[in-house]
Amino acid sequence: MSARDPIPYRREKPGAQPPNDYPLYKSTIKRHPKRAPVRIAQTLTEVTGPTFTKPWYGKALADLTKMHKGEPLGERIILAGRVLDEDGRPVPGTLVEMWQANAAGRYAHPRDQHDAPLDPNFTGFGQVVTDAKGEWRFVSIKPGHYPWRNTHNAWRAQHLHFSVFGPAFATRIVTQMYFPGDPLLAADPVFNSVPDAKGRDALISRYDADLSEPEWALGFRWDMVLRGRAATPREN
Amino acid sequence: MKLPLTGSQTVGPFYHFALDRPDWADLTRNGAKGEKIRIEGTILDGDGAPCPDAFLEVWQANAAGRYAHPDDRQEDKKLDSRFLGFGRVSPDAKGRYGFTTIRPGAVPGRGNALQAPHIAVNVFARGILKHLVTRIYFPDFAEANEADPVLGAIDDAAHRATLIAKRGKAKKIGGATMPVYRFDVILQGAGETAFFDI
Ligand SMILES: [Fe+2]
Repeated sequence: MSARDPIPYRREKPGAQPPNDYPLYKSTIKRHPKRAPVRIAQTLTEVTGPTFTKPWYGKALADLTKMHKGEPLGERIILAGRVLDEDGRPVPGTLVEMWQANAAGRYAHPRDQHDAPLDPNFTGFGQVVTDAKGEWRFVSIKPGHYPWRNTHNAWRAQHLHFSVFGPAFATRIVTQMYFPGDPLLAADPVFNSVPDAKGRDALISRYDADLSEPEWALGFRWDMVLRGRAATPREN
Repeated sequence: MKLPLTGSQTVGPFYHFALDRPDWADLTRNGAKGEKIRIEGTILDGDGAPCPDAFLEVWQANAAGRYAHPDDRQEDKKLDSRFLGFGRVSPDAKGRYGFTTIRPGAVPGRGNALQAPHIAVNVFARGILKHLVTRIYFPDFAEANEADPVLGAIDDAAHRATLIAKRGKAKKIGGATMPVYRFDVILQGAGETAFFDI
């Protein structure tokens, strides 16, 4: 190994990530590669990635209830958390994109044909960059459950979609955040595709009374944890 | 104590209104230095059906072979303040995508190896629980591709060849004529694209 080799990000342990061959989620059947992925050592390509020091991604959209003339219908929520690495170190300055269905369980998406009302005052997209402590915060409304055609009478657990980059190509992750106590979690194949029970629990936000604002909104807290860096190798 | 990693979840079918950013499909939009190139292809599933609810993210070095990132300390190569090196591209209803960028320079590999010029790619889609990782290489650098350590990790020659884009007919886009490369992403089955575990 050369002294100049970049320090890699730690390998994901078996069970930490869902398998792509997961027939309980029907859409995977024709979309998962049959061949095993080729394992490679990380190079400069994988340990670098886009930085968000300049607002080239547009402006921050932190309050999803203020994007239109009126207020959206639904239960107002405050969502906050940190982006951390596995060692608990904050990941500052990284872009967090979030999207979700409205309170009735319908996306502002032309192909979503669920027979539930659209809300003219809700689009359901937000984006912020984490601060120096890796913290982010959104104000929104709680998304409704919605049906999908995976199996007969299947409904998704309430969720929000999150996209986060982290410091490198190797830390990129797109995921979903869930709510505590949702009875649909037990039967949701997307949620249950994460093999480790601890990993599934980590996708569920927790109600946080301190984050809630009196007479105004309920608070939910949720941290995202990205791959950490392997120990610094001794340079020769 | 290590914290449990956040597990990946599919982007689902309804992300377009949030994640589609057509301007991100032109990595040269701020005036990057280097030779402009166009990369086009189709994203196909195991039945050969197009995947309009899939998208790619691309990451690459600038024309000099340096990444716009603090961990790239190749001080001998110039940074290009007008080139971020990152793009996102969504296909049309027929699964066809296209993005404009500059030809990346070569970057170092591990040890004293040099990597052939390439573009790193993440593939997201409905039906993909954890995004897939691949790379685009160029047919113009046969020798460098032959010596590339990452391509070399793929045992089967036909599988390896899926990562070499094919030269197409040059195109005039926005007043500039640029080389076009074709790179199809086949998620499953015959001609399945090589994906990496990084
Ligand atoms: Fe969803």
